[in-house]
Amino acid sequence: MTETLSVGEPGTGTHAAASDGPAASDPAARPAAAPAEQPGTSTRRVLIIMPAWNEAESIGGVIAEIEDALPFVDVLVVDDGSTDGTAAVAHQAGAVALKLPYNLGVGGAMRLGYKYARDNDYDVAIQVDADGQHDPGYVPKLIDALSQSALVIGARFAGEGDYQVRGPRRWAMTMLSWVLSKLAHTRLTDTTSGFRACNRELISLFAEWYPVEYLGDTVETLVRTLRLGYRVNQIPVAMRRRQSGTPSQSPLKAMLYLGRAFLTLFLALVRR
Amino acid sequence: MNLTILTGATALLFLGFIFELVRRRRLREKYAVLWIFVGVIVLGLGLYPRALNRVAIAVGVANGVSLVLFFGVMFLLLVCLHLSWEASRLEDETRVLAEEVALLRLRMDEQSERTEERSAS
Repeated sequence: MTETLSVGEPGTGTHAAASDGPAASDPAARPAAAPAEQPGTSTRRVLIIMPAWNEAESIGGVIAEIEDALPFVDVLVVDDGSTDGTAAVAHQAGAVALKLPYNLGVGGAMRLGYKYARDNDYDVAIQVDADGQHDPGYVPKLIDALSQSALVIGARFAGEGDYQVRGPRRWAMTMLSWVLSKLAHTRLTDTTSGFRACNRELISLFAEWYPVEYLGDTVETLVRTLRLGYRVNQIPVAMRRRQSGTPSQSPLKAMLYLGRAFLTLFLALVRR
Repeated sequence: MNLTILTGATALLFLGFIFELVRRRRLREKYAVLWIFVGVIVLGLGLYPRALNRVAIAVGVANGVSLVLFFGVMFLLLVCLHLSWEASRLEDETRVLAEEVALLRLRMDEQSERTEERSAS
């Protein structure tokens, strides 16, 4: 199973070694991180992937905070066809910025992120939102939890924080959690969280295969990961207020969300 | 009789149009074959409208025209489905291209930055 996953293009490994892009900055970053390092983060190369669409306002602060809190990680911003210069701001802030020519959606942006992680030989990839709602302070915990499982979700509703949703959106999340917890043989309370870490094997899977449909990027990836026999786990996190943008709360949208959640889950379960 | 001329002429025009599209390389052959096939059937039925009556009676449909309508609608549905499928495939392909463009753009930017640094020092 793992052989087929890690195939990719045969040349990519050497390719990454030859190109001295992000690797060049790495030797400088690593000794600095060594004394203050958290357990389990010493030898592994960690990449934070941040899909961003018109987040120029918040992204600089988010990157600065991550580099402050986690000097041992590299940050990749995937600019998903922004028109406000998100990529330039990210580059200024010291992140590697990939700029997509047009909007592909979170799933599309993440697949590109995983491709970059695979080609540049990262051991751990962590998805973090560009709007600042994910606290980078939890990243070491996510990385530690990867020793037990292949994919770790930073979950709201798991005891920490005071995140609340109501109505159809809540029913959808409950339904998804219930089904996916059954599949995972462990309790997953927040299956749609965009705060997640995965290991090397899943990086090479996601680099080739990552759903682009709405909700598919979170739900379908979980179903596929579990079906392939990988372990999925969660750690409780507290979400923060977004630095920009407002969450949609209209009842119609919530109903639509429920319908799409059902459809996505159904399709994920019947797909091979 | 007038109807026969009308449908026959329409079918001929249709066939001519497809031929012209293929000749100018505006239509891929795989689609051209399909549409020429359709044109030939329309031409045949236009000239001999009663040709399907026997088939229609055999399968329990009152007359050939209803059968043509049914097959016509089914055929159009299938063509639409096929086009959706093609569009999905094309979207997947352009997605990969967009990713490649982003990766190449990054590599290019890094390259030129390094050249600038070198020339500055």
